[in-house]
Amino acid sequence: MKELLELYWTFVRIGLVTFGGGYAMLPILERELVDKRHWTTMDELRDYFSIGQCTPGIIAMNVSTFIGEKQKGVKGAVAASVGFLTGPVILILIIAMFISNFAHLEVVQHAFAGIRVCVCVLILQAILRLWKSSVVDPVALVIYIVVFALHAFSGVLPVKIPAAVLVILAGIAGVIISDRRNRAARKEGDAE
Amino acid sequence: MTLLLLMFEFFKTGLFSIGGGLATLPFLYEMSTNHPDWFTHSDIADMIAISESTPGPIGINMSTYAGYSVAGIPGGILASLALALPSVIITLIIARFLAKFRQSKTVEGAFYGLRPASIAMISVAFLNVAKVALVNLDALTSGAGLGEFFIWKAIILGAVIFIAQKKLKWHPVIFIVLSAVVGIVLKF
Repeated sequence: MKELLELYWTFVRIGLVTFGGGYAMLPILERELVDKRHWTTMDELRDYFSIGQCTPGIIAMNVSTFIGEKQKGVKGAVAASVGFLTGPVILILIIAMFISNFAHLEVVQHAFAGIRVCVCVLILQAILRLWKSSVVDPVALVIYIVVFALHAFSGVLPVKIPAAVLVILAGIAGVIISDRRNRAARKEGDAE
Repeated sequence: MTLLLLMFEFFKTGLFSIGGGLATLPFLYEMSTNHPDWFTHSDIADMIAISESTPGPIGINMSTYAGYSVAGIPGGILASLALALPSVIITLIIARFLAKFRQSKTVEGAFYGLRPASIAMISVAFLNVAKVALVNLDALTSGAGLGEFFIWKAIILGAVIFIAQKKLKWHPVIFIVLSAVVGIVLKF
């Protein structure tokens, strides 16, 4: 029980100091989990991140679950991931309560109109950052364009394809395309 | 009943949004279209701003905020738990055969297709935010012309932030606060 509580508190603290999630958390996790507590190594942490990047859901949750599981099994996984959530959820609830009281003020509306412009830029920059590692060749570009078109014009199309279905179809397409390429490469190898 | 539906929607979001934070956006827009009384498209833009300015993963912050606006404090807590649950379950399964998963050709192949699809949907989400932040859609229907269609001061602010962020590499929170000030002073 004491160990579970320690896991929980450690992740409550980590959850409160990570802004933005994703790779921004890596230095903090390194200090708290590798240097201070020796719960994991830097190599393992990097692996957890790359697996988190390519599994569904929130990367921070993947990383907390991995480390919690390693320490105390399923109970540890739950303690760590709920710990990570605790701070952000409480904070956002407090902010949400305040905002709904002030949202009707003209000053607040002007402020948010300005902020929305900034949000636009932040999303655009995230897209540009991810572009290079995702749209790696012309076939990947075709996948991008098809998914973009189907998703953007879903209101106009006769059948509306839900985002979840697009994700599944893209995954299947990826498996088929890569499989064909691997086979073609093997055939070429045999011919030589 | 609303709570159950809320949990189902966020569980689905957690299960299908791949590649972190902003990947939850397409699902939030879909939710707003399917449940117009939950939150609007411009609410989502505000949620992103708040999420970027507070600690914690963006997806979790957004689900807490959205859950709260639909069903109060229980809504906020349950929505974020529902969003986190698929990651926890899937990670527990993967932890059992970590080495195999990492070398799997099938997994690698699936991600070849999933990555561009994920960015494509984030790009559509970008257009949705741009639609409320940078242009005035009413001008099209009222026939006011193209000059009225673009919100010029917003576009200029956006360009300035884009260049400043590239050069200065400050934390996003600083730009969010500055754009709020600009919004108030110039009456956006």
